[in-house]
Amino acid sequence: MESPFDPLFFDPFLTGAAYAVALPLVGLALRLRDEWLAALAFAQISALGALLALVFAAPASLGGLAAAVGAAAVKQAFEGAGKKARGTVYALLFLFGWGASVLLVVNLPIAEHAAHALFDGQLYFTGRTHLVYAFLLTGALIVFLRLLSRRLLRAHFFPDFFHARTDVAEISEKHVVLLFDLAAAVVLAFATMSVGVMAAFALLFVPPLIAFAWGRNWRHATAIAVAVGVAAHLTAFVLALALDQPYGPLLGILLIVAAVSGIRRQKTEDRR
Amino acid sequence: MIDGVLLRVEEMTAGYTEPLVGPLSLTLKSGEVVGIRGPNGSGKSTFLASLVGASRVFSGRVDKRPELRIVFMRQKPLPVKGIPFCASELLALAGASAEGLPSRYVAQLGERLDALSGGQLQFFTLWPCLNTRADVVLLDEPTNNLDAKSIADLAQLLRRKKDEGRGVFVVSHDERFIDATCDRTVNFA
Repeated sequence: MESPFDPLFFDPFLTGAAYAVALPLVGLALRLRDEWLAALAFAQISALGALLALVFAAPASLGGLAAAVGAAAVKQAFEGAGKKARGTVYALLFLFGWGASVLLVVNLPIAEHAAHALFDGQLYFTGRTHLVYAFLLTGALIVFLRLLSRRLLRAHFFPDFFHARTDVAEISEKHVVLLFDLAAAVVLAFATMSVGVMAAFALLFVPPLIAFAWGRNWRHATAIAVAVGVAAHLTAFVLALALDQPYGPLLGILLIVAAVSGIRRQKTEDRR
Repeated sequence: MIDGVLLRVEEMTAGYTEPLVGPLSLTLKSGEVVGIRGPNGSGKSTFLASLVGASRVFSGRVDKRPELRIVFMRQKPLPVKGIPFCASELLALAGASAEGLPSRYVAQLGERLDALSGGQLQFFTLWPCLNTRADVVLLDEPTNNLDAKSIADLAQLLRRKKDEGRGVFVVSHDERFIDATCDRTVNFA
């Protein structure tokens, strides 16, 4: 049986581990704002951007990043709209990303191979560059959240707290949300290009779902989300090597099994 | 701005897509608790929202003392459903200490907010608004869901704010509470 510590697989293993920490952290904040659907749109649009870049012989990472930032800009344009209107925009963005990607794949052979990698996941083929990006992004995200998570939480619970104060050169809650959207888009763009669209979405969606159901408080929920993400990655990686199966779908299935506990707990809470 | 005046509203009309309230002229001084009465739809909440820019001022003006800190507690309950956030974290988020919190609420500090009763949640929403360094506090229906004991605690907190020289606007349908706690009242027809 292959080991994740084999030099051949160690860089991909660490790359996935870094995103298994970063994506649940992004997912917690998106779930708080009830915007998890935006993550799916970000992932799909960044995949489309990467494909377009390949078609024009540009670096895929650049295309994915530009597209994800564009999606974040569209999201920001609808920030003042109601929750349902924003949900509709994210769903339409996702559908656009999917439709345009499939059309590219069908009509341009150069996009086909890359599309398989992006949608199914290409973690085993990631190298040292992906690993460096993953660690830098995860580190930057942790620093960003340490500095601004309090403001993100305050924008949710107390949007009018200390409103109208004009003497403090602090950035506004609106700008904090904008910065977070950009950070989320960048992390998702790079994660999508390493672990694939659906694996990135699964890591972003399921650990926070479980953490919201079982967390006693925000700190506890954060620990649960990261622990679930890392445990699922470790298990999926080892199983994928042992059973010679693709990593992304295995990760998705494992997380779905884990999510059942969260959904059952949520249903119990909803009945209270 | 004249000494002691925290904010002054002159001939102001406010609303969202069109004016819903006004023209209004009133002032709030340091150490003053002003009650706002009026029937449903008379624009009481819209008026409070206009003071923090959450509704639009169509005409007139709002003058505020420089560096004024305003805290606004909306009538709508906090969005806590399904969120793993406990009462002590809420207080910390607002920079409010739990010191002086009524003993029956101390035991709830570690509880998730979505596990609290409506009255408990309302009190934990009020507490940070009344225990921070805000100069002006805007309270929209603060007695909603509160039991008699908690309403008495709220009245005491308002008296303390007044003694500290803060200014408070209170919108409420609770006539007895307004009569008992406010220095004067303004009627929105």
